[in-house]
Amino acid sequence: MSLHGRPGYHSLEIESGALPFRTLRNAMSATPAPSDHRLAAIHAAVETHRPRPGALLPMLHAIQDALGWVPPEAIPVIATALNQSRAEIHGVVSFYHHFRTTPPGRHVVQVCRAESCQAKGGVALEEHAKRSLGIDWHQTTPDGAISLEPVYCLGNCACSPAIRVGDEILGRVSCARFDRIVEGLREEVPA
Amino acid sequence: MSIRIFVPMDSGALSVGAGDVAQAIAAEATVRGIDIELVRNGSRGMYWLEPLVEVDTHAGRLAFGPVTAEDVPALFDAGFHEGGMHRLGHGLTEHIPFLAGQERLTFRRVGITDPLSLADYEAHGGFEGLLKAVGLDGAAIVKEVTDSGLRGRGGAAFPTGIKWNTVLHAAGPDKYVVCNADEGDSGTFSDRMLMEGDPYCLIEGMTIAGLAVGARHGYIYLRSEYPHAFHTLQQAIAKAREAGWLGPDVAGSGRSFELEVRLGAGAYVCGEETAMLESLEGKRGIVRFKPPLPAIQGLFGKPTVINNVMSLAAVPLILARGAAFYRDYGMGRSHGTLPFQLAGNLRHPGLVEKAFGITLRELLLDYGGGSASGRPIRAVQVGGPLGAYVPESQFDVPLDYEAYAAMGAMIGHGGLVAFDDTADMARLARYAMEFCATESCGKCTPCRIGSTRGVEVIDRIIAGEARDANLALLDSLCDTMLNGSLCALGGMAPYPVKSALTHFPQDFGIAPVTAE
Ligand SMILES: Cc1cc2nc3c(=O)[nH]c(=O)nc-3n(C[C@H](O)[C@H](O)[C@H](O)COP(=O)(O)O)c2cc1C
Ligand code: SF4
Ligand code: FES
Repeated sequence: MSLHGRPGYHSLEIESGALPFRTLRNAMSATPAPSDHRLAAIHAAVETHRPRPGALLPMLHAIQDALGWVPPEAIPVIATALNQSRAEIHGVVSFYHHFRTTPPGRHVVQVCRAESCQAKGGVALEEHAKRSLGIDWHQTTPDGAISLEPVYCLGNCACSPAIRVGDEILGRVSCARFDRIVEGLREEVPA
Repeated sequence: MSIRIFVPMDSGALSVGAGDVAQAIAAEATVRGIDIELVRNGSRGMYWLEPLVEVDTHAGRLAFGPVTAEDVPALFDAGFHEGGMHRLGHGLTEHIPFLAGQERLTFRRVGITDPLSLADYEAHGGFEGLLKAVGLDGAAIVKEVTDSGLRGRGGAAFPTGIKWNTVLHAAGPDKYVVCNADEGDSGTFSDRMLMEGDPYCLIEGMTIAGLAVGARHGYIYLRSEYPHAFHTLQQAIAKAREAGWLGPDVAGSGRSFELEVRLGAGAYVCGEETAMLESLEGKRGIVRFKPPLPAIQGLFGKPTVINNVMSLAAVPLILARGAAFYRDYGMGRSHGTLPFQLAGNLRHPGLVEKAFGITLRELLLDYGGGSASGRPIRAVQVGGPLGAYVPESQFDVPLDYEAYAAMGAMIGHGGLVAFDDTADMARLARYAMEFCATESCGKCTPCRIGSTRGVEVIDRIIAGEARDANLALLDSLCDTMLNGSLCALGGMAPYPVKSALTHFPQDFGIAPVTAE
């Protein structure tokens, strides 16, 4: 018997507890000052991708995957490696919605704002998400657990409304389901 | 012999619990001492039935869905693994009307095979097209694609063969094939389903493109919103390479083709082909002026084929079965099939691959089952966030590129988002402008500034402030954007706005014109 794959995020609703996440974005929380750990991750990402043509986006992805955001000290390291100005690197980082220049909470919750989700109660879900978390887009709850971001379609429009938590996509997310998901995320012990 | 049970790995199915269902089935089978082989297939595209579990029987595959992990013990009690009846059963999968009526060419394997099994792929016609292509010269491959009538499925519907021909005849040893897997249009998910459910099909299509134009390197530019597709593609590329379908000696041809996936970073405009090239080169995704065409001076300044996932995934079958086979589907100058994506407020959302010429009414009612809410469908946005809102009075226009263009709409990537009669079209028009403002690359003023002004003007119209003056202003703003934008983001954002205004004026506080 073969079972490839991993359980989906909704296991939360059945059993809360250790979560099968590959990309828990918790390494970075609460330490905005540069650290050796962060610099090491930045250098590793830069060295790994430097030989590739068009290396900048792969580098930025690798840094954000490791740290959860792109810290300011990454800019000069990348600029030197690619022989570009800091302004150029900064311009690229700021152009793309995906890259964060401030550390997020332990979990990033993205709520789809696009049309198919709107047609299925997505606007109510957006409002519920903001109200229940007490934050607006691009903000983090005071306990550092959750950052809320808008997203424009997750390709899950046949199961609207959809959200994304880390690398898991969740569909048919009612307000009640949203609350259960958030509750599960909050219960999770930070590493 | 073990019983084959299928539970999709498609991210849509996973999003509603397929992972838990797979685990529950595996655990329950172990407890009961039943020998099963659990296959993680793609999705059949019947999302209202996801998680859809299938059991292989002598008569064919039986469908059960939507299954939750809690249903699993009862399914075993009912003997579902031996063809037993259960309230979640739908009989033979292939006989479910939603599937039975389709013309699945590009999607012929999706949901049926194990996406990463090369043996499955070959057993279902995989690599036949590539093996044909290996025996042809570039011009002959290009001719086959041209003769098939295939037009770009990413939005602009430009003939694929003509584009390839330009790259074939462009000078220089270094050329590229870039697959546009940015799938930014809301209401669309066919690229994702194919990449997750039949990744070798895209790999085969790109390799054929490489052989056709003489490119030795390909990139798949995948949106970062698709983490599952990313992992599937990476595994598939590694396996295909190991098996000799990619790499220094493609299928024993002596020619090389290497493939790589690159992730986007959440910018809709990077779906525009020249912005995508900038992004691949490590820059901001700013749209380039054309000419030069990417076919002449594309990625890193080299001749480049850029095609959508669906365009490239149609190619293997065209090579395998011949141009005429594909060309015979469709109507007018819209040849072949289009995988339509039914989304929004529908009872049966999902993927319907049909020949061009089908109508919206057929898709929405016969396949989509009408609205999920049970209320009348009021408007359908066709072709993504820049597509027009189509009212009920136009539901019988055949889906054909030219017929749609003639009514000021576009088929685009084939996404249909249905709204019931509770939809507020003024708010949707406002959203279209807001989206344009959020995603504008900033190169042209009408798009960058006009979209923000558009939001403000619509807000004033909704609030009833100097309505006539503001409506006139909105109209002229839309014209400026239509005429003064470099790409379709600014150039087409007025379509949803203007169509909403034209067909649903009452939502903007304007009395509808009654004379028809
Ligand atoms: C703002 C904008 C966004 C686009 N997004 C996509 C996209 O997500 N996927 C895609 O295939 N084409 C997209 N296109 C169309 C591409 O520019 C290009 O026409 C297409 O990739 C060519 O491939 P095709 O001929 O196979 O359709 C977009 C165009 C514009 C103007
Ligand atoms: S229309 Fe908008 S997105 Fe397109 S090039 Fe101009 S500013 Fe950029
Ligand atoms: S519109 Fe929300 S997932 Fe596509």
